[in-house]
Amino acid sequence: MAEVTVAHPNFFQVKKGLFSWIFTLDHKRIGLLYLYSVGSFFLVGLTLGLLMRFELLNPGRDLVEPQTYNQMFTLHGVIMIFLFIIPSIPAVFGNFFLPLLIGTDDVAFPRLNLFSWWLYVLGALFALSTLVFGDGPADTGWTFYAPYSVNTTTNVTTSVLAAFILGFSSILTGLNFIVTIHRLRTPKMGFNQMPLFAWSLYATSWIQLLATPVIGITLLMIVAERVFGVGLFDPSIGGDPILYQHMFWIYSHPAVYIMALPAMGIVSEIIPTFAQRTIFGYKAIAYSSMAIAFIGYFVWGHHMFTSGMSGPAAIIFSILTFMVAIPTAIKVFNWVATLYKGSISIEVPLLFALAFIFNFLIGGLTGLVLGALAADVHVHDTYFVVGHFHYVMFGGTGFAFMGAMHYWFPKIWGRMYNKLWANIAFAFIFIGFNVLYFPMFILGIMGMPRRYYDYLPEFHPLNMISTYGSWILATGIIIMIVNLIVSRKNGPKADANPWNGITLEWQTTSPPPLHNFDKMPEIPEGGPYNYPNAMNE
Amino acid sequence: MNASNFVEGVDFSLYLILAISVFFLVGITAVMIYFLFRYSKKNNPVATNITHNNTLEIIWTVIPAILVVIMFWYGWTGYRPMLKAPDGAMEIDAIGQMWKWSFEYPNGKVSDTLVVPVDEPVKLNLFSKDVLHSLYIPAFRIKQDVVPGSEKMMWFTAQKLGSYDILCAEYCGQLHSYMLSTIKVVDRPAYETWLETSPDPGDEHPGLTLMKRNACLSCHTRDGAKLVGPSLKGLLGKKETVLVDGNEKEVTIDRAYLINSIKNPNAEIVKGFLPNLMPKLPLTDEELNHIADYIETIK
Repeated sequence: MAEVTVAHPNFFQVKKGLFSWIFTLDHKRIGLLYLYSVGSFFLVGLTLGLLMRFELLNPGRDLVEPQTYNQMFTLHGVIMIFLFIIPSIPAVFGNFFLPLLIGTDDVAFPRLNLFSWWLYVLGALFALSTLVFGDGPADTGWTFYAPYSVNTTTNVTTSVLAAFILGFSSILTGLNFIVTIHRLRTPKMGFNQMPLFAWSLYATSWIQLLATPVIGITLLMIVAERVFGVGLFDPSIGGDPILYQHMFWIYSHPAVYIMALPAMGIVSEIIPTFAQRTIFGYKAIAYSSMAIAFIGYFVWGHHMFTSGMSGPAAIIFSILTFMVAIPTAIKVFNWVATLYKGSISIEVPLLFALAFIFNFLIGGLTGLVLGALAADVHVHDTYFVVGHFHYVMFGGTGFAFMGAMHYWFPKIWGRMYNKLWANIAFAFIFIGFNVLYFPMFILGIMGMPRRYYDYLPEFHPLNMISTYGSWILATGIIIMIVNLIVSRKNGPKADANPWNGITLEWQTTSPPPLHNFDKMPEIPEGGPYNYPNAMNE
Repeated sequence: MNASNFVEGVDFSLYLILAISVFFLVGITAVMIYFLFRYSKKNNPVATNITHNNTLEIIWTVIPAILVVIMFWYGWTGYRPMLKAPDGAMEIDAIGQMWKWSFEYPNGKVSDTLVVPVDEPVKLNLFSKDVLHSLYIPAFRIKQDVVPGSEKMMWFTAQKLGSYDILCAEYCGQLHSYMLSTIKVVDRPAYETWLETSPDPGDEHPGLTLMKRNACLSCHTRDGAKLVGPSLKGLLGKKETVLVDGNEKEVTIDRAYLINSIKNPNAEIVKGFLPNLMPKLPLTDEELNHIADYIETIK
């Protein structure tokens, strides 16, 4: 294994200076550029979320006017979805670790990769410019539903163009990863010897490539309607608002899997490492990612059960929605089975991975409620949906992101974080998260609609609990970020392989050299997670 | 007795799925925690590589598949009756606009609250004057989007006397969370009495009646508070800066300005307010005069 003498400088040392970063072609540096950019926007989105929760602490006005609140939840959604979750795991950890996991020196198209990041920056600037020009950020919700989005005077056009540009960044990253996975795997690594994170990125990339253009066209149609008065979605000029909803969700539902699948890949990496045994049901996990990606294209109609949809359409969309639950359940069972007869070390990355399973179960199971036609009529567009969505996206993808951060931190920086503080941060985050979002399910069943600036008195106690949860969660996140930032330079030096991992990234030095491997990495015998020290059945 | 005929079907599918969910959540979490301790590094120093087990994979594919079919089925059977109102259901038009519900009865009566007789099927024909809304009665477990440019419908049979909240569930702009109304379920005789009584026009100014009906007061207060549009308090004779095609202009608000602004809301927008929010209303000259008369009385 990796007893490499330090012959080459690591990728931080190769070159210095701002330009060596923002024009770099190194996938690792681009991954870190994304980390700092999506991390910054996460903090902006988080702050907006905290302000919204503060406004909802009591009925009536606590902090801002209704119009400001409406703009805040729109900006919160746009930032968290387009600037954080969609790029988060693929663009940060996918960029940094995909080439390492498959034993190669970079992605297939390094220049295209840098271009994707620049598109991301441009899109972000468009989104931020809505703050300073005209009537301020859009007040439509991140869904931009017509005809409201056609008529409001706020900066919908700019927000929509931001999402359009960010879409291209996403498409190009997807394209890059597909070609990288097909063409650049190290010799002897077949598809079925690939780590599962690579599989999940493969499934994700196909969705990015095939579904994102639909939202691009839809958003341009909104611009055409707003700027040139072309009647597409606004009935007062001959359009159809339901058409918009179909086109929006044809992308935005598969996009939910763009956000969730890479997180499942992270969990599939972390669990075998800390159980020190092979993953249970490798093929079931790998192929179920592809199944989720495929079925995920055909379920968008479940966002529209109350829009006056016909009976047959409702039946088809409901059945297909339930079918997605099957491959998802398969993954969960296989992850849990991987703990069986393991030799488990309870470290912070594993805690995040197991918390992912718990949160994602709640998110997924409440998704079944929303997929059932009768139940959906009652809880659609209520806080039940807000709770469900945040359990899947934050409790799922967000937790996987934080797990990956703690898992690969020593590989990226060659240092270890303070584990005690990491555990404390985890406890705050896990408890705060559940206190924040669980009451939303009850609020939804009680009938509190979403996107509500003010609410009826019977919803007060649960809203208060939820707001308190947001403070606990924010405290945990601050502790975590401070711990990671401090440890990046000052943490104790970490070995090349501190977790005794078996995938290829652990065979190189930490931080890795510019070309990743000083000598050809060796593929483990008998599968990517086949630990040689474990007994064989 | 449930509040409406749909409560049973909706709640059954909701709580059936929640019960199955709790079972799996608790079960999986318990197994996970048990494994953490039973197979900790201390208790189990050497792991075992178990690559797969086809029997288990089949079991945990087939069981969820059966369960989701059952969930689908009860979802569908609870939903199916909502799609078609029974023949002979009493019809009421429900109109959504920013940010007010109004209800028009076949005899021409218009009301802000929905009053219905108990134990009789009621069909609401849904219209929107501007953007998407969604008529939601949580106690009845029903919700239907109200879509401009097309007619949607929802129906129910109220089964219990009382008053219940009507909410708007589809985001519709600034005062979305204030788009509230009430449904009152009364017995047949009380319903008939209510329907035949026209709201006492005696002391209410006809202009005020018109303004209430057209949701003017959702945005324009009578007490000087600023909402989406300027307050009506002491409006006549006030000097304001208005924007005409992007140029500022000083005006003194008089009756002609008022009537003009109602007829053509975007022509001269008072500085500090947004255009495109106020709908053009199909009002007759007589009605416009009533409204202007009324606004003149708000000092």
